[in-house]
Amino acid sequence: MANAAKRFEVIPGQPRPQIAFTDVTLQLGGKTIIENLSLGVRPGEFLCVVGASGCGKTTALRLAAGLYQPTSGRVDFDGQLMLHPRREIAIVFQDYGKALLPWRTAAGNVSLALEAGGMPAAERPARIEELLRTVGLPGHAGKYPAEMSGGMQQRLQIARCLAQEPKTLLMDEPFGALDAMTRQGLQDEVLALVAASGATVIFVTHDLDEAIYLGDRVIGLLPHPGRIGIELAVNLPRPRDQLSTREHPEFLRLRRQLFDFIKAAEQ
Amino acid sequence: MTTDRAKEKAKALLLPLAVLLAFEAWARATHLQSDSLAPPSEIIMALAGAFADFSILTATRDTLFSAFAGLAIGTVIGLALGIAFGISDTLNRLMEVTVEAVRPIPSIALLPIALIALGFGYRMEIVIVAFACVWPILILSRAAVRSIEPRLMEVSRALRLPAAQRVWKIIIPAALPRIFVAFRLSAGIALIVAVTVEIAINPLGLGAGIMLAQQALRPDLMLAYLVWIGAIGYALNILLVVAQHRLFGRAALSGDSA
Repeated sequence: MANAAKRFEVIPGQPRPQIAFTDVTLQLGGKTIIENLSLGVRPGEFLCVVGASGCGKTTALRLAAGLYQPTSGRVDFDGQLMLHPRREIAIVFQDYGKALLPWRTAAGNVSLALEAGGMPAAERPARIEELLRTVGLPGHAGKYPAEMSGGMQQRLQIARCLAQEPKTLLMDEPFGALDAMTRQGLQDEVLALVAASGATVIFVTHDLDEAIYLGDRVIGLLPHPGRIGIELAVNLPRPRDQLSTREHPEFLRLRRQLFDFIKAAEQ
Repeated sequence: MTTDRAKEKAKALLLPLAVLLAFEAWARATHLQSDSLAPPSEIIMALAGAFADFSILTATRDTLFSAFAGLAIGTVIGLALGIAFGISDTLNRLMEVTVEAVRPIPSIALLPIALIALGFGYRMEIVIVAFACVWPILILSRAAVRSIEPRLMEVSRALRLPAAQRVWKIIIPAALPRIFVAFRLSAGIALIVAVTVEIAINPLGLGAGIMLAQQALRPDLMLAYLVWIGAIGYALNILLVVAQHRLFGRAALSGDSA
């Protein structure tokens, strides 16, 4: 229990972090990918993680998902040591084309999460329809992923994650491969979904504007090995708006700060 | 489009047909007397005769029964081992030497042991066919499981799918198109091995039919069996190719693009 003293401290009057990294170091193949990362994510917080490629942001997300185990340090979820993935944590992968089952229809892909959760077959169709409507895919239940556009496939993956009724939603550059218009639409939809469900979100992106637009807080990672380089609180009013939020002086100030950070990190 | 392809296929038939006709003409002109050759017309007559007295149909049933039973058993064993080895690196490393030591044994070399243990008949033949079919299925399904998109495995972990569901709902469907190719390969092997066992020793089926015709100095009947075995193998392959396109047309396509 030597680690106990180093555990993320519960500050009186503040809720316990839902996800807490305590001195997390991860080595893969002899290389240190992440070093001494400590980080707490409050319940209901929308945390965005940015950084140059290779800074370990995707790896950090996999640690938060329980898909990787830290070499040293610990990751806690709701105060419990994370030893494996959990049903309360859903992860949206960037490469939706690989994360969906090509042999199952849209309904079948959503159903997979319900089956994993042990929902009786009779109750699934209604829930599937509801979830597909939530992500804006009503009437596409019978389509296969290959018959859907990139944006629709990513919506479908989000629907499958929502089927887990997650407390925490981890998103790994979910809109990175989509065109600008689709991306903005999905940003607003994710904000609405998260506001409605109250889920905690860790959102990894390389798009600095996207990070500020979505987040309550933005963390910038430095590469080799991955560690926190900057932390910005985003005090922009909600609900956010694609035009007025992006024109807000605070938005522009944060944007400047983040761009300067990334530029300095790359040198 | 289709008529063009039909024409191309017809063209491909021209040469073999010409060869057969030339052979027929030559055999008649020289009044061929041989223990190993017979003119095509006599082969066709012998084949018709074998159909008329049901002897070739009985033999076909015996051979196909042994081949399919062996194929089924070999597929089940090979698939179970292949999936297990594909999932578990530890198990695979533990078994690798054993597999690589046993696999090169020609299945037909098991014949003497199988004969002592099981005697003549279906059982011995089925065991040898099964042995031959296990390996391609094992090796290819292991490779198929290993090449499953790692993201799908992460999805199944993140969803906390129980192990049995993970195999049934993710691994098998994802690997199925490639497993079916292995099955097709093994089906061909099953037929070859079944006939070989019959020719070597087992007194039943098409292989035994060929041997009997040869010993009776009936080259026409012997070649008739040969033609018929070829036709069965050809038909089996076509059947499986059509099944593959029907079953995995979509899956194969989306699997490639993903």
